[in-house]
Amino acid sequence: MAKKLKRKTQKVHIAFTLNGEPCEVAFAPHKTLLEVLREDLNLTGTKHGCELGECGTCAVLVDRKPVLSCLVLGLTVEGREVTTVEGMQLADGSLHPLQTAFADLGAAQCGYCTPGFLLTAKELLEKNSKPTRDDIKEALSGNLCRCTGYIKIYEAVELAAARMRGEAAEVPEEVVLGLK
Amino acid sequence: MRTVGERIARPDSLDKVQGTAQYVDDLSFGAMLHAAVVRSPLAHGRIKKISTAAARRIRGVHAILTAQDIPGQNLIPMIQPDQPLLAAGEVRHIGEAVALVAAETKSAAEEAARAITVDYEALPAILTLEEGFAKREIVQHWKLRRGRPCDIFSRHDVVVVENTYQTPYQEHAYIETNGMIAVPETDGGITVYGSLQCPFYVQKAVASVTGMKMNHCRVIQTVTGGGFGGKEDAPGLPAAMVALLAQATGRPVKYILSREEDMQVMSKRHPGKIVYRSAASHDGILLAVDVDYFLDAGAYATLSPVVLWRGINHAAGPYRCEHVRVDAYAIRTHKVPCGAFRGFGEPQIVFAHERQMDLLAERIGLDALQFREKNALETGDHTVTEHELKESVGFKDTIIEVRRASNYDRLKLEIEKSNGARISENPPNPKRRGLGWGCCYYGVGLGARGGYLNPAGASVVISSDGSVNVAVGTTEIGQGMITVLSQIAADALGCPLEFIRIMPPDTSRVPDSGPTVASRTTLMSGNAIADACRQIKSRMAAVCADYDFSKIIAEMKSQAVAASARGETHPKSDFHRIVTSSYTPSNRASGHWSEEAWLWKATIQRCVQNMVQLSAHGWAVPPQTTYDGETGLGDVYVTYSYSTNLVEVEVDIETGETTVLKVWTAHDVGKAINPQTGEGQIEGGVVQGIGYGLLEEHVLATDGSKAATRKTGKGGPFPPGRILNDQFSTYIIPTPMDIPEIHSLIVEHAFPYGPFGAKGLGETPIIAVAPALVNAIANATGIQLREIPATPERVWQALKQEASRRTQQSPRRSRKAASAI
Ligand code: FES
Ligand code: FES
Repeated sequence: MAKKLKRKTQKVHIAFTLNGEPCEVAFAPHKTLLEVLREDLNLTGTKHGCELGECGTCAVLVDRKPVLSCLVLGLTVEGREVTTVEGMQLADGSLHPLQTAFADLGAAQCGYCTPGFLLTAKELLEKNSKPTRDDIKEALSGNLCRCTGYIKIYEAVELAAARMRGEAAEVPEEVVLGLK
Repeated sequence: MRTVGERIARPDSLDKVQGTAQYVDDLSFGAMLHAAVVRSPLAHGRIKKISTAAARRIRGVHAILTAQDIPGQNLIPMIQPDQPLLAAGEVRHIGEAVALVAAETKSAAEEAARAITVDYEALPAILTLEEGFAKREIVQHWKLRRGRPCDIFSRHDVVVVENTYQTPYQEHAYIETNGMIAVPETDGGITVYGSLQCPFYVQKAVASVTGMKMNHCRVIQTVTGGGFGGKEDAPGLPAAMVALLAQATGRPVKYILSREEDMQVMSKRHPGKIVYRSAASHDGILLAVDVDYFLDAGAYATLSPVVLWRGINHAAGPYRCEHVRVDAYAIRTHKVPCGAFRGFGEPQIVFAHERQMDLLAERIGLDALQFREKNALETGDHTVTEHELKESVGFKDTIIEVRRASNYDRLKLEIEKSNGARISENPPNPKRRGLGWGCCYYGVGLGARGGYLNPAGASVVISSDGSVNVAVGTTEIGQGMITVLSQIAADALGCPLEFIRIMPPDTSRVPDSGPTVASRTTLMSGNAIADACRQIKSRMAAVCADYDFSKIIAEMKSQAVAASARGETHPKSDFHRIVTSSYTPSNRASGHWSEEAWLWKATIQRCVQNMVQLSAHGWAVPPQTTYDGETGLGDVYVTYSYSTNLVEVEVDIETGETTVLKVWTAHDVGKAINPQTGEGQIEGGVVQGIGYGLLEEHVLATDGSKAATRKTGKGGPFPPGRILNDQFSTYIIPTPMDIPEIHSLIVEHAFPYGPFGAKGLGETPIIAVAPALVNAIANATGIQLREIPATPERVWQALKQEASRRTQQSPRRSRKAASAI
């Protein structure tokens, strides 16, 4: 690793790919990836709920795998590929089908947990284009949400998967308006 | 197009899914400092000396403040103002703030906070509700007296059930912790940005400690990552802290709590103890209840008096009951102050009354559902506070809906059969299924004790291009306020939804509109918006009635077409955005104006040309409520929402583990303005209720931890009263793996005063889930828990006790059987 420890400022300098673009950044070597993203690169889309690796809110993709950015040092991404929620859009600038499905179904309520869920789900759909409900639960099991009760999140992942497979998917409406 | 009643997608979700929504920690200001707080390690103690000299020498430290440095009042204004911002002389709970630091970086601030030494003299601490009650540390006592319960309980022809119930602390566990930024303004004022539910409470707290006039304290809510009541009054503390530091340093100051700090010091659901006696006739009529209801308030009163008051007003559940005695007490202890949490004093007492209903039904020999149905409140009945229900009572319909959707009668038989089959399997299958009911009702809004907090304001301003700014004093906390109020505004004005923008709540835009609590937002802010829109509409009608707009529209269209032909409009500009009947964020990025949108734009153009005032302030005051402090009787709320839950569980009798399989949950909400956000509230509330019933509790260090104290020789790591589980790995909330099938059912018994008939929905989903779970565990296994959460340990213990009770009894029973032969 080409770490250049500059004595005076105690900063390290690394180069990596961030959301598809080359990126260079200097930061104090003890900083976590979460802190580097939010404080040194001004990408505040990545949130934090515990900074102890317990809530999944800070998940980003490193080399396409979900990583809790509060648990790894910024240094570790040198030369690797990092994707945050800011980089989820498709090449043409339109929203990723997961983003659209989350918005359409109300899977983001307070929205604070949403970036972590989106990135974790993105990796799932890249591995498995037709996940079952259990596959989804399993893949998302490290992410906490206190607002939604998770159901709309599952449905949004299913809807996005169907749309990505090119199927005309119905938006689920499980609420029943009774006794009309 | 009418949007009310449609599944309109949330307009605020586009920012949220792109990571562009700005939560408080996402903001920074030039020259911003960071705060850290020195907190008490003792539950109760006298402060002998605070030494700050070493801390002041740390590089980057700009201010260190203690109680004596507060220019205003060292007091958080609340119902019974008793809470200082910084402990003065005495600390009364672990985590109470003693000193504040502002420094260039967070780490410098934290280092300085560690370098401040405080000498304490430990004082005896009250750590249990029982001890507090014995010492008469009573924050509040409410009474409810109706009929002659004594007469009923002394009768010989009634069935009486009496039990004592315990409920735990519950943590809000919003995923975004509390956080605030204060920015000094050039005009001498201060602006506070933060994660909060109630901007006007925060404004009062900031004004109180800084000594500034309220009109100099401006509070703006940032996008807030969940509240559930936890950001009702509690954010006043961090807000007042950053405001003081900003005032002292002249620089912006940010303070974001860590998860552990948030769990240790911020408010929680009150632990409760309920001694509950009920009487019913042998044919299944609920006759009387006699209740002592205790809440552990913690060190300061905060909202405890009103949390308790809501509990007492719903003490007998949504049932007719004519003879009632309730005494309710909030008890002061030396623990973290408890406050508002979704349900607000109801979940504790509802757990008790819904367990009682099952036990009574069993004693009488009725099905749990039948017994509830027989006593269910209907139009014309009186509530426990003698409030005559004149309208909008959908309780029975919620029961009917759940019964229908779950196919209850068949399901019950099927489960009995399957349990029987499992017992006779070889080896026996240890899993038992069970069904449990839980019902509740919820007085919407603050009720008779809300006083001046009851009204709400709104400001509606239409710009010349037809776009509309709506400002309200209530907040979006994930519950869907922006969506629902946009719909109400659009329909009240008769304009396409796309034109509406709900502004970020800001105390400088609208008058004090009370708190965002008590499921009152749709009702109160909705009515205030409707009021403003009515004023504008009538002005518009004066120049638009019978006017033929076709010419203006044709002109506007041809101008737009010409402009885009000249390449002057961007494909993403206003003119190209779509407003369609199926309004979803994904389809609104392309297309053209609908006819309705053209008409709206033309109308506004004509009004502007005719100098019509296109703005108004709206104001909503709820209908009169009454309350008699002596008896506790009165029409205490404007109306009630009703809810019924049925849950199916599977209990492993070898491990004590409970799995929730299915939930049917029906809610009479008056009118569902948006079934999609309604569903979101229901599903989220039910899952929080599952956490409350099965998983969540705080464990506090007791005197037992003294051993550790002696070993470490310096106060020990866990002084008595300290919360031991302050992380998500030890305080367990439901994860994606714990989620059952949830069937949400909405019943609409319109409330004539509500906007489009709406009542409120925010809280009923959580309230009666825990008792339904425990009732289902009883149905599956025969054990009768009186305490939640029903963790595997508790269930397993109870199963063991039940088994030993049975083996002790069985010889007698077999003797009896023998003699009968
Ligand atoms: S912030 Fe990283 S897991 Fe919670
Ligand atoms: S949407 Fe609020 S935590 Fe998930």
